[in-house]
Amino acid sequence: MSTTADAVSVAAAAPRTPSTFQKALKQKRFVVGGVITVLVALFAVFGRFVAPHGQNEVVGTPYSSQGALGTDYLGQDVLSRLMYGGTEILVIALLATVLSTVVGTLIGVVAAYGGGWWDEVIMRLNDVMLAFPQILLSLVVLTAVGQPRAWMLVVLVGLSNAPRTARIARGVALGLVSRDFVHAAEALGEKRSRVIVAEVLPNMNAPLLAEAGLRLTFSIALVAALGFLGFSTDPSAANWGQMIQENRLGLSTQTWSVLAPVLIIGLFTIGTNLTADGIAQVTQRGGDD
Amino acid sequence: MSAPAQEPTTTRTTHGIAIEDLRIGLTSRPGVDVVDDIDLVLRPGEVVGLVGESGSGKTTVGTALLGYTRSGAAIERGRILYEDKDVLGLPWQQVRQLRGEEIAYVPQDPAAALNPSIRIGRQIVELMELRGIGTAESRLQGAREGLAEVGLPNDDEFLRRYSHQLSGGQVQRVALAMAFLPKPKVLVLDEPTTGLDVTTQGMVLKTMGELCRTHGVAALYVTHDLAVIANIADRVAVMYAGQVAELADRDTLFRHPSHPYTRALLDSIPHLSQARALRGIPGRTPAPGARPDGCRFNDRCNYAVDECRQGVPELREVGPGHEVRCIRVGEIGSWDISRGTVPDTDPNKPRDIILSIEGLGVFYGHKQVVFDVSFDLGKSEVVALVGESGSGKTTISRAVGGLHKEWTGTIAFEGNQLGHGSRKRSVSDRKRIQYIFQNPYLSLNPRLTIEQIVKRPMELFGVASGRKATERVVELLDQVALGPAVLKYQASRLSGGERQRVAIARALAAEPDVLVCDEITSALDVSVQGSIVELLESLRLSRGISMLFVTHNLALVRSIAARVQILNAGRVVESGSVVEVMDSPKEDYTRRLLANSPAID
Repeated sequence: MSTTADAVSVAAAAPRTPSTFQKALKQKRFVVGGVITVLVALFAVFGRFVAPHGQNEVVGTPYSSQGALGTDYLGQDVLSRLMYGGTEILVIALLATVLSTVVGTLIGVVAAYGGGWWDEVIMRLNDVMLAFPQILLSLVVLTAVGQPRAWMLVVLVGLSNAPRTARIARGVALGLVSRDFVHAAEALGEKRSRVIVAEVLPNMNAPLLAEAGLRLTFSIALVAALGFLGFSTDPSAANWGQMIQENRLGLSTQTWSVLAPVLIIGLFTIGTNLTADGIAQVTQRGGDD
Repeated sequence: MSAPAQEPTTTRTTHGIAIEDLRIGLTSRPGVDVVDDIDLVLRPGEVVGLVGESGSGKTTVGTALLGYTRSGAAIERGRILYEDKDVLGLPWQQVRQLRGEEIAYVPQDPAAALNPSIRIGRQIVELMELRGIGTAESRLQGAREGLAEVGLPNDDEFLRRYSHQLSGGQVQRVALAMAFLPKPKVLVLDEPTTGLDVTTQGMVLKTMGELCRTHGVAALYVTHDLAVIANIADRVAVMYAGQVAELADRDTLFRHPSHPYTRALLDSIPHLSQARALRGIPGRTPAPGARPDGCRFNDRCNYAVDECRQGVPELREVGPGHEVRCIRVGEIGSWDISRGTVPDTDPNKPRDIILSIEGLGVFYGHKQVVFDVSFDLGKSEVVALVGESGSGKTTISRAVGGLHKEWTGTIAFEGNQLGHGSRKRSVSDRKRIQYIFQNPYLSLNPRLTIEQIVKRPMELFGVASGRKATERVVELLDQVALGPAVLKYQASRLSGGERQRVAIARALAAEPDVLVCDEITSALDVSVQGSIVELLESLRLSRGISMLFVTHNLALVRSIAARVQILNAGRVVESGSVVEVMDSPKEDYTRRLLANSPAID
């Protein structure tokens, strides 16, 4: 058999399989979700540089219709506060998602690969964590601390999400650890850690990405809810969640002061959720990707 | 059984079914055909074998008889003539009526065709209700008769079973019974015995052949297995790349194959009666849209001349009922079935034992699946483990390969006991015994490049590293007949045969002395199997590698192995040199296996 002829036929007959991202780009929900997410994120991060007023600057009487979105309970410009108030939520939610994805994936993969008792013990502990309502755990700790720091919020939100990611990661990994390429690596005598990192994890990218998108949605909601309940790093600084709480008495007189932060949180979660959904759909169809 | 309730008003003529000038294309890519220029007549009481490798379009033709194409494909031209009606032109209600009732279909995976939550008896009765066969009282009796026809028990206990309580062969026969109940005139069987043991396969094939002939059914048997075709078909159509390459009655096809592709296919198939030097067909079956101009086989054909690349050759008649799509049919000489046979391995050759297994028992938890197995493997020798599914052949190979830990007894490699499981073995033991898996679609990590996959054992065992390792990878890929172009590919871009070559290259990268091969050709097309066997044989000769070859295919054993162990239910039934065991089997079990193995010679 001629080597060159074979190589040529391989090159000609096998078109490159598109990556998950390329396939996702064909999904309407992924594109729409992605555009919304990026726009809101840009607004939250760079909004402060183009805001008409400072976040604590009093521009008029409380609950007046001055400015694009009126003023809030202290007479601060709602639009400006909206432009300032997203950064913290965004950064904390993002870091928390990264943390939960890393920790959760590790728990899930180790449980699936370890099997037997490892699996049993790890996952039952995981179930105990799952039994706590997400926000309750954070509230208990935050109440004890009083004035929360940003890293505490990241850790709390991240860890309360991790057990959920762990369940998904275990499910995905279970389908992989029984595949022959994992057995092949074991037969060669690869270290267990290397089997996990080099053989199993790379095959989990896409479903984990979808899960991370979903976790981001939940994290945003959770951070905003904590803000609403008064747990934010700086009580005087603008914060979307806190804004809803501060202005709720003026709901009837100056609707925008509450509606604007509600809408932007809603829009952002819809955006991240659609994106995650798009990725999930691609991975379900994608087969062995 | 009582007469069908609704007799069609038209008088029945029994000329079977005819495919005329059929062309099926892809809806997304106009101008690209899946199958083209298919003309085929199925006469009543006749089994026509439609044989081809994966991607040849044989299943597409099969389902087209029911007026069906898979999504993404559409029938662009042609007619399916059944009782002077064109199935393709009928309104869908009538097509629906035809399907199952007049033209039945038996799928490849019968387990998927039966509803797991409905009892067998109920499912058959339901089918008759749907088709309006018989009366409420007679249906149960009809179900019993149907089951008896395919040789299954038909007592109440059996009728009350669910499909998961049946064996694979029984499920397939229930599917056959259900296909035959409405008394169809045409039957399409899509690889109905793939995945069944030879004994079960033999039984299903016999049942099917008898039913077709007694009921005067015109059957199309779609398969990739020429040996099965040789045993069951009256006429054979060989498909290649969406066209019929050769059409002849069975004896003519196997005695005087005239298309170069048919010959190449026959050259790649092992015989039961004699060892052969198997040869694969270079390259791979082109996918729709990537097929060459002119004769579609020209790029892989040994006889191709410039003229073959000009125009698409027509099917031309070379004898009565024998049509060949080759312009050089008169010039390429004759062919003989015994071409490529080689002497069997000499049973008295001195052996230099490298691996010896004694009193091996293997357990899954508390359940023992292998009992007291003893055999040994000589240097540069191939020992085959043969048996049906559940015989424990793969389990033994996994214990030897270090993939299974729960075993007792001795597995000695050059006199030293091997550890239970790869983690308990020395680096040198792990390096020198390499395992190759059955399914190359599962055994290569889809995320890694071929270079990474083949390089890893070298790094792990310190054979080579860095650029030197890359050079070795290229060398190995060359040895398994893959070019350096695949280095940066991921496994998903390769075909099954190419993947298995990569898996072999990975095993060779560790520079092993023993290869444990677990059914490594069973997921591959016959022509690919031929080239893999060719490759293994050359490796054995050039490197002196010993092989433990697990398979269910006795014919393959004859061509590749020197010694054989016949296994049944976890015990060795018979063992010895291949010539002795296969030419003069002493045990009934071995004889039965041999008798049921489809043979083309």
